[in-house]
Amino acid sequence: MSQLVRIRFTLNGRPQSVKVPPMKRLLDVLREDCRMTGTKEGCGEGECGACTVLIAGDPVNSCLVPAVHAEGAKITTVEGLAKNGKLSALQTAFIELGGAQCGMCTPGMLVTSAALLARTKGRVPGDAEVRDALSGTLCRCTGYQKIVEAVQAAAAPAPAKKKAAAVAKKAKPVAKKKVVAKKKVVAKKKAVAQKKAAASRAGRRPGASKQARRPAASQRRGRR
Amino acid sequence: MARSRTASPERPARKTITLPASVGVNVPRKDGRDKVTGAALYLDDLRVPGVLHGRTVRSTVANARIVSVTLDPAFDWTGMTVVDHRDIPGENCVAVIERDQPMLASTHVRHVDEPILLLAHEDAERVEAAVSAVKIEYEPLTPALNLEESLEKKALVRGDDNVFKTIRIERGDLDEAFVRSDRVIEGEYWCGHQEQLYIENNAMLAERTKDGGIHIRGSMQCPYYVHGALQVLLNLPPEKVRIEQTVTGGGFGGKEDYPSVIGGHAALLAWKSGRPVKIVYDRLEDLAATTKRHPARVRIKTGVMNDGTLVALDADVVMDGGAYLTLTPVVLSRGAIHAGGCYRWDAARIFARAVATNTPPNGAFRGFGAPQTLFAIESHMDRIAAELGMDPLALRRKNAVKLGDVTPTGQVLKESVGSHEVLERTAKRAKYAEKRARYERENAAAEAAERAGKGAKDGRRLRRGIGMALAMHGAGFTGSGESKLNSLAALDLTPDGRPCVRISNTEIGQGTNTVFGQIVGEVLGIPHEQVLVHVPDTDHVPDSGPTVASRTLMVVGGLIEKCAKKMKEKLELFAEHPIEGGADFARIAKRWLKERGPLRVEQRYQKPTGIEWDDDTYQGDAYGVFAYAAIAVEVEVDLDTAETKLLHVTTAQDIGRAIHPVLCAGQIEGGTLQGLGWALMEEVRHKDGKVWNHQLTNYIIPTSADAPPIDVEIVEIPYSNGPWGAKGVGELPMDVPAPAVIAAIAHATGCRLDEIPATPERLMRALQRRGA
Ligand code: FES
Ligand code: FES
Repeated sequence: MSQLVRIRFTLNGRPQSVKVPPMKRLLDVLREDCRMTGTKEGCGEGECGACTVLIAGDPVNSCLVPAVHAEGAKITTVEGLAKNGKLSALQTAFIELGGAQCGMCTPGMLVTSAALLARTKGRVPGDAEVRDALSGTLCRCTGYQKIVEAVQAAAAPAPAKKKAAAVAKKAKPVAKKKVVAKKKVVAKKKAVAQKKAAASRAGRRPGASKQARRPAASQRRGRR
Repeated sequence: MARSRTASPERPARKTITLPASVGVNVPRKDGRDKVTGAALYLDDLRVPGVLHGRTVRSTVANARIVSVTLDPAFDWTGMTVVDHRDIPGENCVAVIERDQPMLASTHVRHVDEPILLLAHEDAERVEAAVSAVKIEYEPLTPALNLEESLEKKALVRGDDNVFKTIRIERGDLDEAFVRSDRVIEGEYWCGHQEQLYIENNAMLAERTKDGGIHIRGSMQCPYYVHGALQVLLNLPPEKVRIEQTVTGGGFGGKEDYPSVIGGHAALLAWKSGRPVKIVYDRLEDLAATTKRHPARVRIKTGVMNDGTLVALDADVVMDGGAYLTLTPVVLSRGAIHAGGCYRWDAARIFARAVATNTPPNGAFRGFGAPQTLFAIESHMDRIAAELGMDPLALRRKNAVKLGDVTPTGQVLKESVGSHEVLERTAKRAKYAEKRARYERENAAAEAAERAGKGAKDGRRLRRGIGMALAMHGAGFTGSGESKLNSLAALDLTPDGRPCVRISNTEIGQGTNTVFGQIVGEVLGIPHEQVLVHVPDTDHVPDSGPTVASRTLMVVGGLIEKCAKKMKEKLELFAEHPIEGGADFARIAKRWLKERGPLRVEQRYQKPTGIEWDDDTYQGDAYGVFAYAAIAVEVEVDLDTAETKLLHVTTAQDIGRAIHPVLCAGQIEGGTLQGLGWALMEEVRHKDGKVWNHQLTNYIIPTSADAPPIDVEIVEIPYSNGPWGAKGVGELPMDVPAPAVIAAIAHATGCRLDEIPATPERLMRALQRRGA
C-alpha cells in the first residue's frame, strides 16, 4: 500500500479534503472518495474525454491527473453545472436539442462546452470553433451535429429560445478568425511534453486540438 | 434537419392519417435531466458493499491445446476467488443460437483473448496483479487467421469445411439474363472489422440471491438473451435468474450478445465466492476481446444493357465469423438479402457463406451484415456508371426499385417505397449535379495549373469530389424471425394511477423510453411525462424481444400502442365517459384500482396478414417493410498526403413516420458518422490473431473536428403496420456513407478503392499505382 497524503481542493464550490495515494487518478478520487460519479471513464488514457473536468476553468482529462496535482485546485464537474437544482442554459439546450443520447460523453461535453462559453462571453461561437473546442471529447452516438447546435443555442442571449440551426447560420462568419488566435494562446501555455502525443495523432486527426489541454503522458502512472 | 411528409401514393385517399399531438413532437427526453446532471447511474457508478472486482485471464495464442494452467506459488493468493471451467454448475457454453462457444476454455483455445480463468478480489489492484501470476502452457497449432486462410482450410476451426452457414438466393434464369446483357461488369470488394466503440465499456455485476438464484445488473441491449444464457450456464430454472439493465452508455450491437459472456463470468465468480462481483472492462480489454463487425469479401458479376438497365446479378459473399458462431448465421442472412441493393434485377443469384477463423468471434453491429454487402453493390453501381460513361445518379434513377417491384427473394414491394423520393431529395438538397460539374471543372483547372507550374500557393494539390449512394434496409427481424420471437408487451397501472410500460426493450441512448411515453400518452390523451417506463428487469417485464434490428419502435411500439388502446377502452367503459386529460386519467385509474384491483393489459405479436417466408428456399417476404436512405458525400483529397477530408454530407431517409423528429435525426446523424468512420479511418489490425490496435490512440474514430456538417431530411412515407406509419430507423443510416465516400474519392481523384477503410496509406498506394 502506498502512503496516503491529504489533499484539499474546491469541488463545485465546496471545500473537499481527502486522504489518498498521491498518484491516484483524480478521476478515481472524484468517483470513489468524493462519490461524484458524474465524471466518466471511457479509456483511461487521455483519448476519449469522458473524464473531462474543469480545473480553474480549463478542461482537463482527469484520468491523466494524479491526485497531488489537485491540491488547492478549483475543480468543476458536471454535478456543479446546475445551480440549486436549476439547470444551466447549456444543460437545457442539450436536453431539448438532442445533445445527449446514451449520456456517457455528456458530462465531458458539458464541462468542455461550459469552458468554451465562458471564453466567448455571450458571443455565439461558430460551427468550426465549437467543433474545434470539443474535439478532445469523443461521442459515438450523436455524430456531434446536435451537440454543436446545443452549444450554439445556449450561447445565444438568455431568453432567446431560437432554433439552433438558425443561430448556427448567423454565427458562422463572425467566429472564424478568433479561433486561430485562441488556439495559439492555449497551445503556448502548454508544456513541450505533449508534443509527442500530439504528433502521433495530428497526422490522422486534422484539427484535433485536445492535446493542447492534455497533461503529459508521463503523468499516467496513476492508472489502475 | 428538414421533414417532408408524403402521402403514400399507393394508398387510397380516404385512409388519411390523423396527426396527433404528442406523436411527431420533439418532447424533452425522459432521461435527459439525469444525463445532463451526472445523476444517471451506469453500472460502474453503483456502490455495492462487499463487492469483489473480477478479472479475466485470456489466451495469448490463436489456436492451441492447453497443456497446463498454474497459479504462481510465489504470489499471495489470499482472498482471491479463482474460477475455471470445472466450477461451472451447468453447461460450459455461451448459449446463443448454438452452444459451441465455451464460457471458459478447457482443453483448447481457438482465438487470442479467449477466456480461460476468472479471478476476483476485494482489491482491484491485487486482482490485476494476479492475472500475470497465472501461467498457461500451450501446445500451439496452426491457425487460420482470415477468411482466405479459412477457405483454404489452413486450419479446421469448425467442422470439416470451416463453414458456419451457407445461404443461396435464386430468382429468374441467370444464364439467359447474362446472354441477353450487352455487357458484363465484375468487381471484388472488401471491408474489414469495425468496433462498435460505445463510450461505456462492457460492465456487469452479479449477486447470488437468497432463494438460490442469481441477480445480474449491467450494461446491455437484450436482458432476455442473458437470461437464457445464464439458465444454461448455472443450471437454474428461469425464475431463479434475474437480469436487470442499468443505464447503458451505447450499444450499436456490441451489447447484443456479448453481455451473456461477461455476465456469465461475473455470475460464476459470484456463485463461487458468495459475494457480489463486478466486472468492468477497461478500453484495452473491450477493444481486444469483444465482438466486432464481420469482415467481408463480396464478388459481384453483373449483366447490364448499354442504356444502363440492370439485368443480371451474380454475387458471392463471404463473411468472417471468427472462432465461434454467435449471431453469425443471422448476420449473414441479412447481408445476403441486401446484396442486390435497392435495384430491380431480372435475374439474381446470391451465394453467401460465413466461415470460421481463429480470431475473436464477430457479432452484431448496427446494420448487421447489410452495410457490408451494400458497400459492395453500391461501389459496383459506381463502377458500372463509370464503365458505361453514365452519371451514377442517372444509373440509380433508372434502376431503383418502385412500388410493385420484386426483390431477389421474390418479395413484392407493396407499400411505403421511398427509394426515388430519397434519391431525388438528396440530389436536390446537395446540389449534386451542379457540384459534380463544378468539382470536375476545378479539378481539371488545378491539374492544368500544376502542370504549368502554377499550382496553389501553399503547394498543396487538392481535389474535390461528390459521391452518392442509395440503400434499402429491412426493418425488424428477418423472415420468420418476428413470429418465432413471439414478443409480449404489457401496460399496467402503478398504485398511484400512472400507466407503466413493461417491455424488455432497452434505452441505450436512442430514446426508446421517451418515444414509448409519447405513444402511450398519445393514445390515452394524457401528457407523455405521466407515463412510466419500467426498467427492463426480467422479474418485472415480459419478453418483448431483443433491442436489435431497428424493431423496437416499429414492432414493440405497435404492441404498446395496442395495449394503450385496450387500457383506454377498459377505463372509459368503467368511467362511463371518455378520458379527459391527465388529471381525469389519474382519477379514473385510482378509482379502478380501489374498486377492481390491479389493471394490466398485454399484447402479443401477431404476424401482419400477407407476409409469407420460406426458410428453406429463402424466398418470400424477408421483411414487413423496408426503409430507404440516400446520401451525398463531398470530400477533399490531398494528393500528396492521401488524406481525405469530409466537407459536407447530405442525406434523405424515408423512415415512415418520425414519432420524435429530433431523436430520429440524432439516429441518422450518429449512424452516418459511424459509417463515415468505417469508410475512412476505422480499421482493426491483427498481428498473429491478436488485435494490436486495441487502444483509442490507434483505433481511431471521428472527432467533432473530423465530422462534417450532416444535413438531414426526414422523408415520411407511412407503413400501414407501424405505429402512426413508422418504420425502423436505427440501422438504416449505417448503410450508405461508406460507398458514397469511396465514390466521392473516385470522383475527386479518378482512383477507385475497392477496400475500406480508405486510410491515407491505402489511398496513397492506389494513387501511386496509377501514377498520380
Ligand atoms: S477516460 Fe478517456 S480521456 Fe480520460
Ligand atoms: S451521447 Fe453517447 S457517446 Fe455521446
